[in-house]
Amino acid sequence: MRAGWVLGITAALAPACGGGDDDDAPADRCVVPEGGPGFDPDGPMCDRLSSYRLFDDANAQAPADGVVPFELNTPLFSDYADKSRFLFVPPGEAMQWDDVESFAMPVGTIIAKTFWYPHDKRDPAAGRDLIETRILLHRADGWEAAAYVYDDADEEAHLAVAGARVDVAWTHDDGEARTVEFAVPDKNQCKNCHEELDDTVGPLGPKARHMNRAGRADSGIDDQLQHLIDAGALAGAPAPGSWPKAPAFDDPDAGTLEARARAWLDINCAHCHNPRGAARTSGLDLSLAQTEPYEYGVCKGPVAAGMGSGGRPYSIVPGDPDQSILVYRLESTEAEIKMPEVGRSLVHEEGVAVIRAWIAAMKGSCEPQP
Amino acid sequence: MPIRLPWWTLSALGAISLAGPAGLAGCGDDAPADPCAGVEGTCVAVPAGADRDVIQTILIEAQPGTTIAFAAGTYDLGGSGISLDVDNVTIQGAGMDETILSFANQDDGGQGLLVTSDDFQIQDIGLEDSPGDLLKIEGAVGVTIRRVRAEWTGGPSPDNGAYALYPVQCEDVLIEDSLAIGSSDAGIYVGQSRNIVVRRNRAEYNVAGIEIENSIGADVYDNVATNNTGGVLVFSLPGLQLANGSITRVYDNEIVGNNTENFAPPGNIVGKVPTGTGIALLAAHQVEIFGNTIEDHDSVHIGIISYSTTDIEFDDPDYDPDPDTIFIHDNTITGDSTSPTGELGALLILGMSEIQDPFMRVHDITWDGVVPAAKADPKDPTKLAAELQICLQDNGDADFANLHWPNTELPEASADATDHDCTHDPLPAVEL
Repeated sequence: MRAGWVLGITAALAPACGGGDDDDAPADRCVVPEGGPGFDPDGPMCDRLSSYRLFDDANAQAPADGVVPFELNTPLFSDYADKSRFLFVPPGEAMQWDDVESFAMPVGTIIAKTFWYPHDKRDPAAGRDLIETRILLHRADGWEAAAYVYDDADEEAHLAVAGARVDVAWTHDDGEARTVEFAVPDKNQCKNCHEELDDTVGPLGPKARHMNRAGRADSGIDDQLQHLIDAGALAGAPAPGSWPKAPAFDDPDAGTLEARARAWLDINCAHCHNPRGAARTSGLDLSLAQTEPYEYGVCKGPVAAGMGSGGRPYSIVPGDPDQSILVYRLESTEAEIKMPEVGRSLVHEEGVAVIRAWIAAMKGSCEPQP
Repeated sequence: MPIRLPWWTLSALGAISLAGPAGLAGCGDDAPADPCAGVEGTCVAVPAGADRDVIQTILIEAQPGTTIAFAAGTYDLGGSGISLDVDNVTIQGAGMDETILSFANQDDGGQGLLVTSDDFQIQDIGLEDSPGDLLKIEGAVGVTIRRVRAEWTGGPSPDNGAYALYPVQCEDVLIEDSLAIGSSDAGIYVGQSRNIVVRRNRAEYNVAGIEIENSIGADVYDNVATNNTGGVLVFSLPGLQLANGSITRVYDNEIVGNNTENFAPPGNIVGKVPTGTGIALLAAHQVEIFGNTIEDHDSVHIGIISYSTTDIEFDDPDYDPDPDTIFIHDNTITGDSTSPTGELGALLILGMSEIQDPFMRVHDITWDGVVPAAKADPKDPTKLAAELQICLQDNGDADFANLHWPNTELPEASADATDHDCTHDPLPAVEL
């Protein structure tokens, strides 16, 4: 990443006091036990990403021994950033299988997700910019999350408690030059998505249905779940063949239109829009577990949507995406309208297309009560 | 003594600030007044001109029990808005007109300041011009908002954010001596909460001045609601985790001249509030309204309606759309409501035209008259059962209308209040 955000913050911190020109970075305030990947179980989060020893080569995103890369069937949309995900389960420990929720993970687990943009999405060899790596640490008293922003050389990343904004430019799939002011979340924004009603913070992606697939082509992993089981990092799995699998939202062969739309909503919306999430106050539940159409928005009126309804009557009007609040909010980039509230400043055109098609194909209508 | 801050100490900022009450302001001899002066306990001073990232870092690294004290001045909180998730923190300024958190340059996030922690207090500060809500507090037990001004400074506009002061799913909420101006939905909006006191506030030029929605146990008193579209609203909406609000007392308020044309963005439920509404009860249960001064409303001084009258579909078996157990007494109501607006205003005119030919004015206390079978008097399906009745006592010269809407098989609209000459036991006071 190239923006001078660190200097900007320094200036703001000590406006009249000078300083900030020390060249010798001190030892990281975290104390990571000697050996492989890990973190300071009783201390603060590290100042520098390298202190966790997750990568042999951070620039290449080459994981260290014991750090497993993984992919999701349908990922969260993040302004067209590419992502590399990594899981570290302490040696000798294992995650516990769950059919529905995130796997129960042992204390000491680290989940990392790096956000990056290729210079040209059509040509991976043209290079890339690393933006940030988000870290989830499983401490004895729960999970802690924060983001690390890469330096100019994309070799080291620094803790960004307050988040950051990074200007990014790339060539898109269609050959168009695109830009975005990428928003790295602050520590509270991490919790906005990862925290539930009872103040528990937890992982979102590592669920059986999302991870049930092959790894990234260069990983050599043809079955991610089996790979973790074979490595002793995942226990309690039922027999292969009975594992749930969420479809890739953009692969018509992977599932029905409804299944793909619900999978997209599940990963993009349901971290807040579930009965325990931050958007529980709206009464709109977009998790896969919800089977009542009214509860996931069909003919459901807005509650405290402010400008977010756009004059449309219901979250979903069967057959009519242009009258559906859900589509209005997914197609907006205005702070007071767009959904999700944070983490998106561009429209996910491919995702919205699937949601539109799903609603357009939906039968029925919303008639007032007799 | 100057504080030197190389960049890697950014995340230790909170701890550094704790070391001295003057915090970051303590550079050199010409330091401004210490915002922490007089604060007991741990205090972090926010210097004038601090930017969003500095403030957000302080909020993240605060320890429970901390007061975060802003110096006088305007703080430009552009970018992503700010948030607090640490229990027992007080945010304070030098006065609601002296310390201003401006969210005019915010471009991300649904609210200016989001609070998700318990025992939160905010006082003596102004919050301005966020694109979404100004102050949203979600899921907190223990909320005090005191002498806070929350305002969209450009006057009423559908481009203003929705809610100025917005606790939702909270318990033990006190909002007092505060000011809410310009919300395109509700100025003071307490939703899905329990145990609430809203007192001595002023709500002006909002669509809804004060709104209690899907909440249980609220005392709304000694407030002034003026120049809103609707003064005080007690609503229950379907499809929410707290399905039915109940036990709300609205008393000793000055609810005057709420005739600002409805400027809610299209689609909002408050967009249906007719311009010129004093008090509106929508699907409200166990409400006591007394001792209020209610004056000068173009549509209706007190309107009581069923959610089914809004013609919005719902599918929520736990939800009760029909108001009941309302006791309205000892209010002073003056002024004729001669020009109701909007869809519901048209309904008011239609109904009143069955009493007056031609239509002249909406009666002071008007009920749509929806009586579901399950709540009806066993002997007369057009009346609510006695214990659920809308009771009226000692409201001076105020008159009443039952529009018997929408069932045309029922009798025509009626101004006869005989059935409503009843009382309910006083509702209990809220104790915080």
